Amino acid sequence: MALPITTGQAAGPLEPGRELTAAGQRRWSALRRFSRAIRTNRKATIGVVLMAIFIFVSLFPGLLTHQSPTAFSSDITAAPSAAHWLGTDNIGADIYAQVIDGTRNVMILAIAVGALTTAVAMVIGVAAAYLGGLWESVLSFVTDVLLVIPIFPLLIIIAAYFPNAGNLVLILVLSFTGWSYTARQLRSQAQSLRNRDFLLAAQVRGERSFYIIMVEIIPTMTSLLLASFLNNALYAVLAGSGLQFIGLGKSNNVSWGTTLYWANQNAAWTTGRYLWFIVPGLCIALLGVAFAFINYAFDEIGNPALRPLSAAKARKAAEASTRRRLASHGARAR
Amino acid sequence: MRFVIRRAGFFLLTLWACLSLNFFLPRLMPGSPADRIIAHLHGAVSQATVRAIELSLGINNTQGIWTQYVAYLGHTATGNLGFSYSQGEPVSEVIAGALPWTLGLVGITTILAFILGTAIGAVAAWRRGSRFDSVMPPLFVFTTAIPFFWVGMVLILIFSVYLGWLPAGGNIGQLAIPSFSPSYLGDVLVHAILPALTLLITGIGGWVLTMRNNMVTTLTEDYVRMARAKGLSSARVMVDYGARNAILPNLTGFAMSLGFVVSGAILVEYVFNYQGVGYYLLNAVGYDDYPLMQGLFLIITVAVLAAILLSDIATAILDPRTRTAG
Amino acid sequence: MAHALADDQNGLASPPQDGPTLQIRDLSVEYVLESGIVGAVDKVSFDVNPGEFLAIVGESGCGKSTLLFGIAQLLNPPAEISGGSVTFRGRNLVKLSDKDLAAVRWKDMSVVMQSAMNALNPVKSVGAQFKDAMRAHGVTSQEEIAQRSAEVLRMVGIDPVHLKSYPHQLSGGMRQRAMIAMAMLFTPELIIMDEPTSALDVVAQRSLMAQIKDLQREFHFAVIFVTHDMSLVRHFSDRLMVMYAGQVSEVGPTQQLFDHPHHPYTVGLMDAFPSIRGPRVQLTGIPGSPPDLARPPAGCRFAPRCPKVMPRCETNPPPDYELEGTSVRCFLYDGAPEVLSD
Repeated sequence: MALPITTGQAAGPLEPGRELTAAGQRRWSALRRFSRAIRTNRKATIGVVLMAIFIFVSLFPGLLTHQSPTAFSSDITAAPSAAHWLGTDNIGADIYAQVIDGTRNVMILAIAVGALTTAVAMVIGVAAAYLGGLWESVLSFVTDVLLVIPIFPLLIIIAAYFPNAGNLVLILVLSFTGWSYTARQLRSQAQSLRNRDFLLAAQVRGERSFYIIMVEIIPTMTSLLLASFLNNALYAVLAGSGLQFIGLGKSNNVSWGTTLYWANQNAAWTTGRYLWFIVPGLCIALLGVAFAFINYAFDEIGNPALRPLSAAKARKAAEASTRRRLASHGARAR
Repeated sequence: MRFVIRRAGFFLLTLWACLSLNFFLPRLMPGSPADRIIAHLHGAVSQATVRAIELSLGINNTQGIWTQYVAYLGHTATGNLGFSYSQGEPVSEVIAGALPWTLGLVGITTILAFILGTAIGAVAAWRRGSRFDSVMPPLFVFTTAIPFFWVGMVLILIFSVYLGWLPAGGNIGQLAIPSFSPSYLGDVLVHAILPALTLLITGIGGWVLTMRNNMVTTLTEDYVRMARAKGLSSARVMVDYGARNAILPNLTGFAMSLGFVVSGAILVEYVFNYQGVGYYLLNAVGYDDYPLMQGLFLIITVAVLAAILLSDIATAILDPRTRTAG
Repeated sequence: MAHALADDQNGLASPPQDGPTLQIRDLSVEYVLESGIVGAVDKVSFDVNPGEFLAIVGESGCGKSTLLFGIAQLLNPPAEISGGSVTFRGRNLVKLSDKDLAAVRWKDMSVVMQSAMNALNPVKSVGAQFKDAMRAHGVTSQEEIAQRSAEVLRMVGIDPVHLKSYPHQLSGGMRQRAMIAMAMLFTPELIIMDEPTSALDVVAQRSLMAQIKDLQREFHFAVIFVTHDMSLVRHFSDRLMVMYAGQVSEVGPTQQLFDHPHHPYTVGLMDAFPSIRGPRVQLTGIPGSPPDLARPPAGCRFAPRCPKVMPRCETNPPPDYELEGTSVRCFLYDGAPEVLSD
């Protein structure tokens, strides 16, 4: 993979006439470092590209297919053909259209659950750490109980009581059962922050607890919050598809999980309709991979010790950096 | 020792929470669970049958709710989990029949995944900079993100439909008679391979990644440098000083991963029609057989808690710091 | 008893060295980073004689710990030795294979690290850690292992019952002493110590240093002792080496360096530490900060902060000059004979 070409790291204002505050400059250079990190880290690149593709498909399904995913037709469980690229399902609807249209529902599920779960976890985790005392004991107990109870069977049972769950119910149920792991992580990080000097300084200034939590603690935890969001989105994709696959929460939603459900019900692999289940499943896998790769890459970007390195490549990269630096150093001296 | 007792106490508390959940959930949900069961039986039932069904759900409208609650707890403690109308047997018997299959499949693959995954992760961290380490992590990140059921279906496609080597489903052949004969055991094994492979492929990645990351951090510790300074062999340094310490967070993470394992087991049993606990759970949902559902949920929870307790004991054995902290 | 054991392990005992125990020549260590190559240790040369106590001092980041690990062949990536030799008992350690190196390790050269809490394996008992060192060098008899382990613990004033203890069960001072005991298992010729007293309070520090000196007097091993505490150095070391920005600025007999420091940096260091009994003097620090080792200056590395800087200092790196048994890297002494690397 080619080494990135940089023009050196500028420390001063970037455009003549445009003055940035010190904080603004820091944020700008952080952004540039960030995007460079993404470009050089192969995993991050793959993840971001995949994600971009899925986001595009979910925003503009009309560009990719004109068929309806649910229309009846007489062409039942047909093999792939020019008219139906992936064939049709048991009511004659176009499978390709289902995959395309389903993308939006899956993305909504992933993003909504990711955000909601992280939000709930944040409230509970940070409150537990910050309020301490009885609150902490009670919240921690609830968190730990939910952590050890097997979630998937619980989801199945809850979903069994809601036989016609739509997307919204699915989102709520997934969020309110999946927050415990994240809450624990956030709680322990908040606990370690609790006694740091900048918080004591805020208290001395007379700030109220709520302000301290929102303005001082939470922004410090952004990297963990981001990682949690990605993790929970991944959980939503897999758990949600899993539930749909076993027939819960199907209703009339078009989604990869439900397509797989029908594929399974009609024994697609014995009737030779392989693409019926391979393609939706592959999409779930790829979306999951996108979330997982981005998350893992963030881990590596944040903790350089974890990056894959080949000694020879590392030395070459280092020598190139030194050469560049000496060259620019020399140029500046002139 | 105190540490273990405290954990056991916590688990009992959790179990009680589960039981309470089991009890109150049907009563909180819209409609009456009894009505739904009756709907399944096409409404042509006598009052007596309705009463029997309600009783097995712990619903007794002649008593106050707290009395029912206490009675329910009492029943469960004595092993009376009600009657499964969809299977025509007491719930406890359905569970007794299904549990060994699931424990065998899931138990063995989980342990295998843990051992193999941890070993691969340790070696990858030890050989940082090699091709092994640049390939393994991305590969396993990939495997952790793919859904269980899809892997199962793909494996069926390859090994069953295309190659015809392995059966596509069931835990035993149709005509098998349970015994300890080689042919029976062989049959069991053959039917277990694909489900086991599915669980292994999806489950191993997590262990590899966490072990590798822990190990990379551990290898930078001073005591590892000290071990090298003492002239110990590479193998000894990697195992005794590196892995012994790196594995500890993995054991605590074991508890978290069990949720993942359980969901995998359920989906895999479904795809392969493997008649274990997960299969019956999903079956029960289809029939609105609440007593069976709740009984299975309970047994799954008990199994998970037992496994967590075991891993806590293992941590206490391997890490002397937890023992004195107790 | 201790000597006998060491001799046994060797097969045949080497007679005490006539020349220096350790000869470092032009040793350089680099950190290979994505942002560039950082030269942490630059062409360092010095000797350590048998039974000598050599102290290495310098500011944080001057490369002294890196130097130690470079000598002991214990560098972790991204650090690597980029040149020079480390001759110990006639063999260049840099070029030795892992197997040959393992035979030398601990038997002839051992290491004591800064924090015993981090340097001892938390999941193994103290006794177990002594044991695996001995077994790695062919001592298999349980009795011998137990006996020797108890013996070294007694040497440092710890009751042998603690062989069964885990590191977290011992106090800080005990842990450090246990580490020293471990380093003494084979009474090696050279013990390298990286700030072993920094984590202790002043009283414990003195007691540990006294213990080390006693052991040294009894068993005649050489010590390389890295520290940033000049007061410790004054009382306990024979020779003193001052490092700055990865290079040796001055090295010589301790008393001499304290009484007549040559290099402007050494002068600055001496002035920065007040004497508790002497007259009250104005404390002077050394203004400025060490150079960025990713972009080292072309000439003398101390030039930007030197009160006696000359024009040639900024463009040419000074060689090492020898005067009165001390080696100084400073143009102020141009005219004295230059130290040539052999």
